[in-house]
Amino acid sequence: MRPNGRRGGRVQAGVRRAPAGLLLLALGLAACAAPVAPRPPAAASPVPVPRESGLPATGLPERQQARHVLDRLAYGPRPGEAEAVARRGLLAWIDAQLDPSRLDDADVERRLAGLAVPTMTPRELMEAYPLPQAFRQQGRVVPRERSPQALVGELRRARLLRAVYSERQLLEVMVDFWFNHFNVFAGKGTVRYYLPDYERTALRPHALGRFRDLLGAVAHHPAMLYYLDAWLSTAPGPRAGGRRTGLNENYARELLELHTLGVDGGYEQADVVAVARAFTGWTIDHPRPGHPRSGGGFLFDPRAHDAGPKRVLGQEIRAAGVEEGERVLDLLARHPATARHIARKLARRFVGDDPPPGLVDRAAAVFRERDGDIRAVVRAIVLSPEFFAPAAYCAKVRTPLEFVAAALRAVGAETDGGAPIQRTLGLMGEPLYGAQPPTGYADRAEAWTSPGGLLARLNFAQALAAGRLPGSRVALERLAPEDLEASGLADALVEQWLGGDVSAETRAVLREALAQPAVRRATLDDPLPAPDVATVAALVLGSPEFQRK
Amino acid sequence: MTRRTFLTETAAAVVTFGAAPRFLLRAATAAPPERRRVVVAVFQRGAADGLNIVVPFGDPGYRPARPRIGIAPPARGGGERALDLDGSFGLHPSLAPLAPLYARGELAWVTAVGSPDATRSHFDAQEFMETGTPGVKSTGDGWLNRCLQQARTPAEPSVFRAVALAPLLPRALQGPETALALPSLDAFDIRGAADGPVQRGFEALYRDAVQDFLGGTGRTTLEAVKRLRAARAGARPPEHGAVYPPGRFGEALRQTAQLVKLDVGLEVAFVEVEGWDHHVAEGGARGPLAARLDEFGRALAAFWQDLGERRGDVVVLTMTEFGRTVRENGNAGTDHGHAGTMLVLGGRVRGGRVHGRWPGLAPEQLFEGRDLAVTTDFRDLFAEVAVRHLGVPWTAPLFPGYPVRPERFPGVLPAA
Repeated sequence: MRPNGRRGGRVQAGVRRAPAGLLLLALGLAACAAPVAPRPPAAASPVPVPRESGLPATGLPERQQARHVLDRLAYGPRPGEAEAVARRGLLAWIDAQLDPSRLDDADVERRLAGLAVPTMTPRELMEAYPLPQAFRQQGRVVPRERSPQALVGELRRARLLRAVYSERQLLEVMVDFWFNHFNVFAGKGTVRYYLPDYERTALRPHALGRFRDLLGAVAHHPAMLYYLDAWLSTAPGPRAGGRRTGLNENYARELLELHTLGVDGGYEQADVVAVARAFTGWTIDHPRPGHPRSGGGFLFDPRAHDAGPKRVLGQEIRAAGVEEGERVLDLLARHPATARHIARKLARRFVGDDPPPGLVDRAAAVFRERDGDIRAVVRAIVLSPEFFAPAAYCAKVRTPLEFVAAALRAVGAETDGGAPIQRTLGLMGEPLYGAQPPTGYADRAEAWTSPGGLLARLNFAQALAAGRLPGSRVALERLAPEDLEASGLADALVEQWLGGDVSAETRAVLREALAQPAVRRATLDDPLPAPDVATVAALVLGSPEFQRK
Repeated sequence: MTRRTFLTETAAAVVTFGAAPRFLLRAATAAPPERRRVVVAVFQRGAADGLNIVVPFGDPGYRPARPRIGIAPPARGGGERALDLDGSFGLHPSLAPLAPLYARGELAWVTAVGSPDATRSHFDAQEFMETGTPGVKSTGDGWLNRCLQQARTPAEPSVFRAVALAPLLPRALQGPETALALPSLDAFDIRGAADGPVQRGFEALYRDAVQDFLGGTGRTTLEAVKRLRAARAGARPPEHGAVYPPGRFGEALRQTAQLVKLDVGLEVAFVEVEGWDHHVAEGGARGPLAARLDEFGRALAAFWQDLGERRGDVVVLTMTEFGRTVRENGNAGTDHGHAGTMLVLGGRVRGGRVHGRWPGLAPEQLFEGRDLAVTTDFRDLFAEVAVRHLGVPWTAPLFPGYPVRPERFPGVLPAA
């Protein structure tokens, strides 16, 4: 079911009794209810985009451009943010986001100050959160605050707090993108000890950097070495230290299939084996509790390395010990199939589930010409006509993390990101760091529109708006001026949170809900019936429109 | 809500919007409710030690390999010994609650069943078992979802056709057919009163506002909430003297029995039970594994009791990602192995016997010199249940790259 997008704003213009400023802004906007088809600019663009904006003129009105940019390059707008970004200039905002180190992020740093786990080393974490077996062997129960759940819980809090409060929004979006691209699972073995370091040192510094650097940081990291079993993979031969030895293809296969070339990238089983052999000996310098200097980092074990001749994708990999893996990474990072694979995934993230092939081609060309400069590829994608096309507007369904963060940002919530909200993310299907398969969490709408997940979203919307979500507070009164009548309130929230972009039906439902006596509250202090902001807020946040971005 | 009002509403929806979701279109022409065949898939996550569940006491290789954790062979007087099944195999004594079901011919065991893929990684092996594609990770949907795609379309559609009693939809149920993950029947609800403004608002939003798949999901969800609310009113406590053991597994099976008896259209239920990864101090007739089996057996026996006359409609199929090493390890536990043991329970099951060719425990008979070899590909067992119980055509592509061949079925169900 497609186009014919319902257009909400215009038809209601005469019925409204809300503040004039909000009303004016809501006029003539296209609906978010369903993907909008491209249409002739004359009919669709009452506000032509001035050329000096530096953005492609596609017919998408300027205010929608601002929302679109904040929905895709950030976790949704905060109150008033779309207007502010539009005033400052979208291009300037985008370029500032592409250079995150220059953005002051003191607010989120202050919020993260109480969390130790994200800054700890693997060795420190092993000592602070020992393996549950260690407790059991002493006949003790694992104390809750030292359990594996406590470790992962802190990391989850940090991730959510950054998504909601960081000024470096695009960086956070990219960290989420790369975490899923190079996914590791907190529930596998000792991966959790390496997780904070993995995100902090392998992903974050390179998220907008050079792909080869990112790929290399991931390949060396114990989180990945453990998760995909590379640390166990050795040349076949005599047993060393009693452990079974032999080749493990797990990492090699995912390196080709998921991290670089893509499943149709033109490699064969023989390439998987050759790559696996090139990486034999890449292992973990295991931290040993009680040995303060012992590692937690990468170690090359020459005794485990298979020094025999290898050919990968038709190229000979000369016997060179640890350097063989590096040569394979060089080869893969600069392969045209990798450029295409990464370009397509980035275009899917920023533009649409099935990105336009022309855009993918151009982004892949930038990837090749700029030697895998991720910043340049992202910039090419988000400044493209395809990105600003009306067809791309509201075309994606928010992932649970995007939905939760967008809702918290929209209502200006104060959250600690703690267990209740993390459980909610789990119910929606996206427990952070909880994706077991190496594919990470999906970036397509179908994955996020299950009944259980949607029900969790509706209940979250309700709990947040009603102030019943422990650890999260909203001051809805501030959003609803006292003298506002019911219809004005609905319009104000629709304006604020959805940019006015709702179907006529949704707007009618919200107004009708407000017209019910049940939702007006009359107290002794406040004898005049007032609209129930929480109910309307719950409905807006739970609406089909708010599930989209 | 009654079925009549549901049909009226959905018919109205079809009139209003040209392109209603498929299930609504089907609903408008629905036939009377029907009793459906149900498969209850139970995943023992963590790799259960099949050799101490169905004990091969007749194999001379068993006891020497497990001096500390081995189960003693059956003997008169019983006690902490295996319960004889057929003179060669015996049941772990903690599974005594399942012995009468075996004796009545409703319960069958399949030994030496597993995956042709040699992985000993829990997460890969679970993935392979749930997608039904050993060695292939790019499979989009799960095997149980494919069952639903390929079984005959029910006359009356239901949002409860496939339900996982779990917080997240397991891989096995993911795919194009609608499947619900319900952490619990009671929790699958919208907070607040049914006729409260929020719920009515959501219903109106998703009924009227959007006509794409998101709207379709919204309607499915709210429909499921309504039907569950109505159905809960008719829910009964466990019947026929069934007593479920405390714990998540018993609770999930109790709710599964409710769904079966409420006739809400269930065809596939998925239940998981964790805690089988006994690397250390596994124990023999007593100990951690014995405690796990005690809960497992009592919960299954209670479920079977509770179902009463519905037993003829139901098949329970247990699975685990792989078995464990034949030889106990240095910590009196077992490590990751290869072939495992699965259970099939059903009114129509050819029970009272141990199925599967026994590969033997002699060193030269072991897989990679250490593990029980696989003689039944798990896909042949799964396919038999899908074809002979759910009515999936055997010609359907249930397992990509692995055609269903009835001659490979282990024979746990009668043909047609």
